[in-house]
This record gives sequence, C-alpha cells and structure tokens, in this order.
Amino acid sequence: MNAKAIAAWGIAAAVLVALAFAPSYLGPYGIGLMIGIAGYVTLATAWALFSGPTRYVSLATVAFFGIGAYTVAVLSESLPYPLVLLAAAAIGLVVALVVGLSTLRLAGVYFVIFTFGLAELIRQLVTWYEVNVTGTLGRYIFLDLGPEDIYWQLLALAAVTLLLAWWIGRSRIGLALKVIGDDEVVAAHCGIDIARVKLALFALSAVIITLVGAIQAPRWTYVEPAIVFNPTISFLTLIMALLGGANRLWGPLLGAVPLFLLFEWLSANFPNHYSIILGLLFIAIVFVLPKGVLAFTEKLWKRGRAR
Amino acid sequence: MTLFKRRHVLQTLGLGLATLAACGLTVASAEDRKSVRIGYAVSKTGPNAGGAGITTIPNYVLWVKDVNDAGGLELPDGSKLPIEVVEYDDRSSAEEVVRAVERLATQDKVDFMLVPWGTGFNLAVAPLFDRFGYPQLAVSAVTDKAPEFVKRWKKSFWLLGGGHDYARALAAVLVEANKAGTINNKVAMISIADGFGIDLVTAARPAFKEAGLEVAYDKTYPIGTSDFTPLINEAKASGADTFVAFSYPPDTFALTQQSQVTAFNPKVLYLGVGTGFPVYFKNNGENATGIMSLGGIDPNNQENAAYRKRHEEVTGQGPDYWGSVITYASLQMLQEAIKRKGLDREAVSEELSTGTFNTVLGETKLEDNQLRQLWWTGQWQNGQFVGVAPANRPGASKVVLPRQPWKAQ
Repeated sequence: MNAKAIAAWGIAAAVLVALAFAPSYLGPYGIGLMIGIAGYVTLATAWALFSGPTRYVSLATVAFFGIGAYTVAVLSESLPYPLVLLAAAAIGLVVALVVGLSTLRLAGVYFVIFTFGLAELIRQLVTWYEVNVTGTLGRYIFLDLGPEDIYWQLLALAAVTLLLAWWIGRSRIGLALKVIGDDEVVAAHCGIDIARVKLALFALSAVIITLVGAIQAPRWTYVEPAIVFNPTISFLTLIMALLGGANRLWGPLLGAVPLFLLFEWLSANFPNHYSIILGLLFIAIVFVLPKGVLAFTEKLWKRGRAR
Repeated sequence: MTLFKRRHVLQTLGLGLATLAACGLTVASAEDRKSVRIGYAVSKTGPNAGGAGITTIPNYVLWVKDVNDAGGLELPDGSKLPIEVVEYDDRSSAEEVVRAVERLATQDKVDFMLVPWGTGFNLAVAPLFDRFGYPQLAVSAVTDKAPEFVKRWKKSFWLLGGGHDYARALAAVLVEANKAGTINNKVAMISIADGFGIDLVTAARPAFKEAGLEVAYDKTYPIGTSDFTPLINEAKASGADTFVAFSYPPDTFALTQQSQVTAFNPKVLYLGVGTGFPVYFKNNGENATGIMSLGGIDPNNQENAAYRKRHEEVTGQGPDYWGSVITYASLQMLQEAIKRKGLDREAVSEELSTGTFNTVLGETKLEDNQLRQLWWTGQWQNGQFVGVAPANRPGASKVVLPRQPWKAQ
C-alpha cells in the first residue's frame, strides 16, 4: 500500500466519521435529507453492483425494497429488531435466488420487462395473502427508532456497500463480470461460469436493497403494498446510477447525491411542476450524458490534456 | 494547468451544490408577525390525487379564501392576521410526505399544519406531528384503532370513525328492514382488495353474523377490475335481497352501470366510495334514488347547505357527501380554537380536545379526541345524499326501502 492509497483510505474514514456525527450539527430536517441521500446512495450503488458491469437493466429495485419493508411490518412485533433485519435479508436472498435462477438467461429488453413485472407480481402476491389469509391490508410498525437510528443504520449499510463494490471491482468475480458484460460468448469460452457469477451478484445486490427497505420502513409507521411497492423508487434508483455512471465505484454516489438534492429543491420550490421538470431532466440525462457524469468529465479532462 | 482546472471544476461543483442547498432551505425569519403560516403536504399527483382532489384540497382552498376574505384568522386579542399558505405535493409517496412535513415543521416553521389525504399518510405523519408538537386533525383516515392512536399521540384527532362503525350501522339498517318484512336476511357482498375494502369487509363479516344476517355471497376483487358482470350474476343467483359492495369510485360507477345493463335489482343496494360524489347523481339522476353508502348529510342543516353552495361557487365543483364537510368542519374547529387560545399549539390542542365548536356540522364536540357525531349510513333521496343511520340522531332521514327498480333513462 503506497502513501496515496493510505491517504485515500484516511480521507474516506474521516468523511465517514464526519457523516456519522451529522445528527449533532444538522437539525431534524437535515437528518431527514441525509436519510434520503444515504438511502438512495445505497440503492444506486447496490443497483450498479449488478447492473453496471452486466448491463442488465433491472427495474426490480422496488420489489426487494418492498419485501424488506414488509418483513419489518410483519415481524417487528414478534422478533427483536436485529433478527428482523436478518430475516428480511434472508427473504430477499431467497427471492433473489429463485428469480435469478429463472430469469438471468433472459437478455436485453426481456429482462427489463420481467423485472418491472416482478415488482407488481410481488405486490399482488402480498395483497392476495393479506386479503385472503390475514384479513388486514395495512400493517403498523411501532418501533422505537428515531431518525438518527435510521440514519446511522443506512450510513453503515452505504459504507459496507461501497466497500463491497470496491472489493468486487478488483476481485476475480469483478473481472469475470466485466467480461460477461462485454461479450457473453467470450466469457463462456474463457471458462467463466456465467450463470453462477450473475446469480451471485444479483443476489448480493438484492439483499442490500432489501435491507434499505427494511431500515427505512419504521419511518412510515403504517405500511401497505401501495406505499412500499411504489415503482418510482425503481426509476429514481436507475436514473441516479445512470447519471453518475453505473460502471464506476463512485458513479452511483455522484449521481444520487446531486439528483436527490435537486429533487428536494424542486419539490420544495416547484411543487406543481415537479413531474414535468423531472421528465425533461430524465430525457436530458439520457441524451447529454449517456455514460454518466464521471465518464463525461473524464472525457473533457483528456481532451484538455491533449491540447 | 490541469491541476488548476480540476480545482476549478470542484469549486464550481461545490458552489453549485451550496447554492442549491441555500435555495432549498428557505429559513423563516423572525420578523414582526404579518401572517399566520399554515402548511400542508397533500397528494396533488399520483394514485392518491383523485381522493385528495375531491375531499381535501378544495376544502383547504375554500377555507383559506373564506378566512382571508374575512380579514384573516382572529386571535384572542381581536386582531386579525391573514393566512399564508405553504403547500407541497407529496406525489402519493410515503417517504415524500414524511420529508415534506419535516420541512414544514423545521424549515418553513409553519404555525399550524393541515393533514394529508388517506389513512396511510395520516399515520405516516402522526409521529412527526407529535414530535414537533402540532395538533393533527386527521380527517380522511378510517381506522378502528383511533382510541389507541389517541393514547400514543396526544395531539392527534380522528374524525371519520372506523370500519366497525360503518358495518354495524349498515347491519342495524338491514335487520330493521328484515324485521319489517321488506327484505330477506341474505346478503351478497363484494369488496375491493385494498385498504378500504378489506377494512370494511373484515368488520362487516362479524357485524352481519352478530345481527343474524346470512352472508350468502362474499367475494373480493382486485384493483383495476372493470367487468363486474360475473360477480353481479353470481350475486343475483345467491338469492340475497341485499347487495353490498365496498368499492372505490371507478368500481362504484361501473357497478351502477353494469347492474342496470344486467337488470340486477336488489332491494337494498349499498355501494362504496364514489356514491357520495356529486357527479354520481349527475350521471344517474333518478336511478340514484334509494342507493345507500357511507356518510350523508342532514338536508335541513342550513349551515351545511350554505357550505355546499359556497364550495361549488369557489372551487367549481360540489363537495362529496362524506369526508368533504368533515374536512371543512375540522378547519373551522382549528380556526375557532385559534381565536380562543392564540397561536400556542399546546393550548389549541387542549381546546380542540375539550371545547365545543359551532361548525357546518352544527354543534361539534370531540369525544376522546374522536368525532363520533357522524352519519354512518346514507341514502340518495330527492337528489340529496342524506344520513339515515344512526336513526336516533337529530336530523336523520328515514330510510326508504325497498329501492325502486332501475328505470330506463
């Protein structure tokens, strides 16, 4: 490890500590913002973990997010909180494995459509179960968790996710993923077990997303399928990761933070035109920055150097 | 040169973000009071916009206009301050409504907050209203757990009753008609597989059983169902004189149309949300007569009639016959409590809890922070949706059964 690497790690640790103390210098509104940012940074990074290198565009984010939130709603009365989180992660893992095994052979637009349908499928399954078996639809979450607790959990999860993404980026499995993303045939000929690698990454990404849902759920007190399976979450995650650049470690983060602040600013100042502005913005991102902000700045940089 | 450029880029980026943050965080300055800030976050877009656009938003607009036209909110010393509104769109997202309420309380520092639309959203913001010390007059939230919530959040008020109240009242109406020999004791019942339908049907099953009514048909249908013919035919075949649908507005309208097409004429026809919308009568005219649902009004209450007229003039649409008038009454209660106690939220909450108010509902008083003077069952009679249960409440109309068969329009 050279001096530069040590310095980078030191800075990362210092930033993390500074962020961990945020509740002591930010007001309640600031913490609300930080919860949103930490949540979306984690979601976007987890999403890019799988979708970045493989180029499988997944709209299943909210399916797993909702599973996490619902698990907390169902189990929060009967199990201690850490066990509830574990259970949520386990359920997310099982669903991801089942779904992954059956669909990762799909490619391109078929996969996109399937993942979008998955969120709706799970939502309808939960609704069916609640209607026919338990006879209640809304569930209450009365956990004694303040916004600070939720923030710290999300922050920790975000840090872990970034660490994982960094580690995967330089491990064998990360390399294998890059090959798969470039050309599946070549990857197969190199002896890469395509299905297993994709499945592992998909499952890991899904578990993290499930945990984000589980951690955020106590903020809403009341949970019903329409609330937790809100497809907007999938789209926002996607656009944040794309804006930053889904192929880079810091890309999703650099997409999520400014976009989240921008959304917040828009909804505070233009509550009646939010959706229109949002739509225009999405179009602009896809047209102007198809590969993300990071790739764009790098290109500018290189051009400047060459001059 | 590159180094300088990098720094330059970072600086610009940082500056941009800082400006963004500064613009977003408009901090209320503590200048001399020229207005009372009232804030709310409500679903102006998304799946909840339909309900909010009928029951909640028009009443907020009407009330603010009424108050400001009269010179503003009156304070205990007799002075008047105009209302300044801070409004946000929660885009039908639970996370958004939570953050918007945090923003209202801590950034905009509003004096009072009005509630969002829907049971789920009122519950989502309840802990925040409580933590920041705002009274919460939750109107469009039907919940049987109100007594528990009141204990948990002392400044919360629940004004639309719970599923059990509506189900028991309906059962009582049916038993009465059965005793009179108007209908048999069989009920065919369908319900939407969503919050409202499930709450009501789970309450109705035991309520009907207790009342000695036989549920001959009991089916749930998913959101988005548009063809009800199979359900209607099965209900018809069940031999029940009573057909109950705990439905949402689109289904309520479809059920009405398709019952006419299939010549389904139950002696009692009870439909869900949407029956009390003014457009329901406009669409169905005479055929609406006799159809029952939740809510209702006292047709002889002059205050209420005047309110309905003003609502239509100001907002361009009539109020519905269930939650609208309660929403407006809740605002009048807040207005009156402020007049008595000023802008001290603690004192205003106390006053809301214990005081008696004159509203468009007549004399209004909360019991254990809940409004219990409600019309649990209503019926279309002479072009108005009137309250028929509880039958012993002053102003109750007499229920007219059996319902007339459909007439060709």
